[in-house]
Amino acid sequence: MPHARLPDLSFGGIVFMTAAHTTSAEPHPLLSVRNLRKYFPVRSDRVMGPRLLVQAVDDVSFTINAGETLGIVGESGCGKSTTARLLMHLIAPDAGEVWLAGRRLGDPGGFTLRELRRNMQMVFQDSYASLNPRLSVQDSIAFGPRSHGVPKQKTIDKARELLALVGLDPNQFGRRYPHELSGGQRQRVNIARALALDPILVILDEAVSALDKSIEAQVLNLLMDLKHDLGLTYLFISHDLNVVQYVSDYVLVMYLGKVVELGSVDDMYHRPRHPYTQALLASRPSMDPDIKLEQPPLIGDPPNPINPPPGCRFRTRCAFAEGVCEKVEPALTICNAATAHAVACHMHIAGAGHSRSV
Amino acid sequence: MKPAASDKIALAFGFDTGQPTAVEIPVGGIAQRTYWQNVWRRVMRDPFTVACGLILILIAAAALFAPWLGLPDPTLTNSTNRLLPVGSPGHPLGTDELGRDMLSRLIHGGRLSLMMGIVPVLVALLIGGSLGLVAGFVGGRINMLIMRVTDVFYAFPSILLAVAIAGSLGAGIRNALLAITIVFIPPLTRVTESVTTQMRAMDFVEAARASGAGTFTIIRIHVLGNVLGPIFVYATVLISVSIVISAGLSFIGLGASPPSAEWGLMLNTLRESIFLAPLVSVLPGFMIFIASMCFNLISDGLRSAMDVRL
Repeated sequence: MPHARLPDLSFGGIVFMTAAHTTSAEPHPLLSVRNLRKYFPVRSDRVMGPRLLVQAVDDVSFTINAGETLGIVGESGCGKSTTARLLMHLIAPDAGEVWLAGRRLGDPGGFTLRELRRNMQMVFQDSYASLNPRLSVQDSIAFGPRSHGVPKQKTIDKARELLALVGLDPNQFGRRYPHELSGGQRQRVNIARALALDPILVILDEAVSALDKSIEAQVLNLLMDLKHDLGLTYLFISHDLNVVQYVSDYVLVMYLGKVVELGSVDDMYHRPRHPYTQALLASRPSMDPDIKLEQPPLIGDPPNPINPPPGCRFRTRCAFAEGVCEKVEPALTICNAATAHAVACHMHIAGAGHSRSV
Repeated sequence: MKPAASDKIALAFGFDTGQPTAVEIPVGGIAQRTYWQNVWRRVMRDPFTVACGLILILIAAAALFAPWLGLPDPTLTNSTNRLLPVGSPGHPLGTDELGRDMLSRLIHGGRLSLMMGIVPVLVALLIGGSLGLVAGFVGGRINMLIMRVTDVFYAFPSILLAVAIAGSLGAGIRNALLAITIVFIPPLTRVTESVTTQMRAMDFVEAARASGAGTFTIIRIHVLGNVLGPIFVYATVLISVSIVISAGLSFIGLGASPPSAEWGLMLNTLRESIFLAPLVSVLPGFMIFIASMCFNLISDGLRSAMDVRL
C-alpha cells in the first residue's frame, strides 16, 4: 500500500513523489531496475590467456512500489549483495537503468547520483565494520546530513532524535564509540545512520543476519515499526527464508546472478514454480520433528560463475533438466498475470519445448 | 571532562521503604572521552614513555634556549685547555680537541641534530602521507604509478641513498636535510598507502560513500583519523633513524661543517682523541644514542596506546 509521505525539504534535496501523490493515470513504481549487469574481470589462469569475467549480476530487473518490501533471497555468491551495491552505485554497473519514481538516473530532468544516495540508503551486514571506530555514534549518524551541508548542531540534534527513534537513549549512547555497544545496539545505530538523510528506500543487506535470534527479532520489529511510521520502502536481502517471508510483500529469487523467480510472498511460499525455489523452500528446517529431510533437496554447489553453463544456469543441478534447458536460456516470464508471478523456467513457458511445458 | 548538564540518568531509590525518590547522577566514565583523550591517558600510564618524553623535552628545551642559558660560546677555542677531562672546574663535561666547552657544544649541538632529526620526517610525512593517501584511496593506475616509483627508491639502503644524494648535491646542512627527506618519502608513502587501502575496504567508508559525501570529506573524516595513528607511530621511529643518519652524514663531512656544533660532526672530530680522552669523545655518541632511543621508545608507547580496539 502506498504510504503518504510529507515532502521534507529541510536538506534542500529533492523528494520524490510516491504513488499517492502522482496524478498520472499509471503511477510509477518507486524503484524500477532494468537489465542491471555487472561482470567482474578476473585474472586469467595463464599468462596471455583469455580475459575472464565473473558474471556476478546478469540482466536483473525488478520494480518496488512505494511502501512495499521486496525480499531478495539466494545462496551465497548469487549476486544479492552485488545487486545492492550496484543500486547504490558503490560499484559502477556495466549496464542497466535505475529509475526512481519515473525518473532515470543521469537523465537531464532525471536525478543525480547524489540525489539517488540521498533518497536510497543502505544498512550493511557487519555492524562493527560499518561504523567508524574513531567517531562517536552520534557523529557517525550526523555525518550524512553534515556532508549535505546541514549545520552541525542541527545534525547532532537530528542524530540524537534518531537514536531515540531506534530505541537508544541519546544521553546514554550518543557519545559512545562503536566498541562500547553490543551487536544489536550497533545495528540500531546503523539503521539510525541510514535514516539520517530521510531516505524513502532503505536497502537492508543481510542487516539482521549477524545478530543472534532474540536480538534479530527485536531489530526486525524495529524495522517493521519504522517502515510503518516513516512510510519507508525496503529492499530486504537475506538468506533466511523465514525472515524474508515475515517481512516481505514480494520476493525475488536469484541464482548465479540471474533472477529465477519473482512474485508475491504468498505465491512464492505456497506456489513456487521454479525447481530452485522449490528446493530452497524444501531445505528449510522444520519445527516438526516428524518431518525430517532424509535427502538434501539440492546436491552440489552452484557452478562457477566465470563460465556459467549455457542455457538455463540451474540445469546442472535440476532434476527436470532436458535438452532445451541446455540450448535455450529461459527468460523471466509471467506465469500468473493476476498476481504478477514471473518465473524463468522452460517448464512454465508455453511452447518452450520442455516435455513438462505448460 | 565535565559532563554536560543533560548527561544525567535518574536512579530511583526507596522502593522498599515506600518513599521512592529519584536521584539524578551525571553520566560519566569512559564513554565521554574522545579517542585522543584515551590515547593520552594510556600514554601517561606508561612509565617508560613518560620518562622518555621528559628526557626529550629536557634536551629539546635546553637546545632551544641554549643562547640564554649563560653557557660559554660553543665555538670559542682555547688551545691551553684542550681535552680537559669530565668534571674539570669551569667545564663540567670537559673540553674538546680545540678547548671548546663540551657541555655548551652538546647543548648547542642539540639544536642542529634535533632539527635534522625532526624536520625531514615532518616534510616527508606531509609529502609521503599525501601520496600514500591518494594512492590508497584512488587505487588503480594512480596507485600503480606512485607505488612503483617509490619501489625504485627501495632498491637502495636508506643510509646509502642519503649519502649518495647528499654527496651529489654537495655538503651542507640544507642538502643533508633534503637528502634525508627524499630518503623518508618512500617508506612513509608505503605505510600510508597500505593503511589507507585497508581502510578503504571497510564498510564504514562504503557507508560514507553511500551517504553521498564527497571524496575529500570521506578522506578527511573517515580515513585520515584512522590512518593517522599508525603513521604517527612510524614517523616517530623515523625521527630516531633521521637523527642517526644526519649524524652519519655530518660524520663523513656531508652535513654540518666546522665549527658549528652538531653531534655527528663532534663525534667525527673527537674520533682522533678517543685514546686521550675516551669519556669526552663518546659524549656526542651518547647524546645521539639517548635521543634516538627515546624517540624509539616513545614510538613503542604510542603504538600500544593507539592500538586498541577494546
